[in-house]
Amino acid sequence: MGACLFVGFRTNLIKTANNKPTGWNMSDKRRFWGTEAASGLMLISPTAIYAVLLLAAPLAATLLYSVLTDGYLTVQPIPTFKNYTDAWSNPVVQSVMARSLMVSMLVTVTTVVLAYPVAYFVSFNVAPAKKGLWLFLITIPFWTSYIIRVFMWNVMLGRTGVINSALMGVGVIDTPFDMNFSVQAMVLTLAHAYAPFAILPIYVALEKIDRSLLEAGQDLGETRFTTFLRVTLPLSMTGVVAAVLIVFIPVIGDYVTPNLVGGGKFPMIANIIEKLMLKADNKPLGSAIAASAMLIVGIVSLIFLFMNRRYLRATR
Amino acid sequence: MKIPVLRLYAIAYLVFLYLPIVILPIFAFNNATVVAFPLRGFTTEWFQAVWADRELRGALINSLIVAFSTSVLATTFGVFAARASTRYNFPGKGPLMGLIMLPMVLPEMIMAMAMLVVLLSLGVKLSLFTVILGHVLVCTPFATAILTSAFQSLDKSLEEAAYDLGEDAFSTFRLVILPLVTPGIISAMLICFTISIDEFIVSNFLKSGEELLSTYIYSKLRFPKYVPNIMALGTILVCVSITLLTLAEFFRRRGVARTGGKDTGGFL
Repeated sequence: MGACLFVGFRTNLIKTANNKPTGWNMSDKRRFWGTEAASGLMLISPTAIYAVLLLAAPLAATLLYSVLTDGYLTVQPIPTFKNYTDAWSNPVVQSVMARSLMVSMLVTVTTVVLAYPVAYFVSFNVAPAKKGLWLFLITIPFWTSYIIRVFMWNVMLGRTGVINSALMGVGVIDTPFDMNFSVQAMVLTLAHAYAPFAILPIYVALEKIDRSLLEAGQDLGETRFTTFLRVTLPLSMTGVVAAVLIVFIPVIGDYVTPNLVGGGKFPMIANIIEKLMLKADNKPLGSAIAASAMLIVGIVSLIFLFMNRRYLRATR
Repeated sequence: MKIPVLRLYAIAYLVFLYLPIVILPIFAFNNATVVAFPLRGFTTEWFQAVWADRELRGALINSLIVAFSTSVLATTFGVFAARASTRYNFPGKGPLMGLIMLPMVLPEMIMAMAMLVVLLSLGVKLSLFTVILGHVLVCTPFATAILTSAFQSLDKSLEEAAYDLGEDAFSTFRLVILPLVTPGIISAMLICFTISIDEFIVSNFLKSGEELLSTYIYSKLRFPKYVPNIMALGTILVCVSITLLTLAEFFRRRGVARTGGKDTGGFL
């Protein structure tokens, strides 16, 4: 496979070279653009074909399954919307959907609000030479074993866990807090897990702000704080919007945290999809729930983008 | 400057980020089966238990096979996508790149389930190979992102100079472009390796009987008896990850410096 990709790459490159224009008259230019499109498409094709076959096609199949009828052990090709009506009228599914939405919204707000000052600090208060180090420090925990990190919160928050035993040892509290196996613990764990996802886009947006605009604001009589509110914050909204979406979308589908930190008592969408697809072997219903979840995520994201369209247009 | 508030907050935030990773080794060396203060004394018993664990060794070998294959394949795919998107304009570029980058934000569960349903209905037997297929999908966007910044900072005139000096496209790629982006390629491979070793959801649903490191850990978390072992294993994993990441960052920076680009910092 590798060899074949390599050959494809090679012929493609040779083609680009042969078609390279020597002069720059109009017809050459037109021909050049024609081959550029072809070269680009050829070059991207291995990756694109892989993504189409293993991502787009399975997602399309999920959509297809969601409108088919579940039979015993097989899926029957009878089109129906029953899966959707079943899913949406089921109180368990409703409560899981509502919980998933609530948890991911809470996580998103917590993460972005906590992350903004850090991104601001790194962009505005850290010397340029040290910015790379700060960003590296912020991203390291994100790349270390997700399971271990989630499990560590379980260990730390437990009734006899690290935090309770430390606080009791020091004498701050007499009876342990009940922190584990709660929605709050799940929010904390997820906010920890997705922190860099929120910091990096905001940081990038802040870096792009022309610093002379801030001076202009202050020259025109604004205080530091009002300059922040009226100049910096609106200009960094692209980053905030990106951070919100990049946290909100994966969190709603989180599987490990509800099981480990929620103790299985607060299942979210991913847990119920697993149950339906594998344990109950009802693929159409599971697919319908997956599709519904993506639909909800899509709608919430679009509403959010629409609410912020002013900032997105202004800074483009 | 009356901003120490912000600095203190940023430091407190870093403490919050590092809390689990710092607590981990403390209890990995603690001579007690219960993970709580006060500490009981120093022991390497848990590390010895991890070393002697045969099942774990099998999981480690499987994970290494998967991670190595994934990093090579995902980085190769990343080179194609990054080179195409930085060098050429072509119709459908936006949607295609969007699709390639989609796994970065798509909930992994939805991706894993969609792949599982299709693979099973096609009659494909689950194995390490299907896990690799899934991992490549997950890692390609990250490789593409790193390589895009490597290719982006390339000066197009270097390539044109090579053509003018009589090199063909392939030798230009080999002699000029490849050496300049090699640090980016190494960095992408290291990142993909790290992601693949840690990956849980896709591994969990696309594997058959054989355990991987992450699924092995997950299967043991339910048993309090194994908790100290897991802490020791976690400590090793965190150390390995940090080493790989530091190397990746080193190569990424070297790549940026070599191509004369401006360092924007960070992988994403």
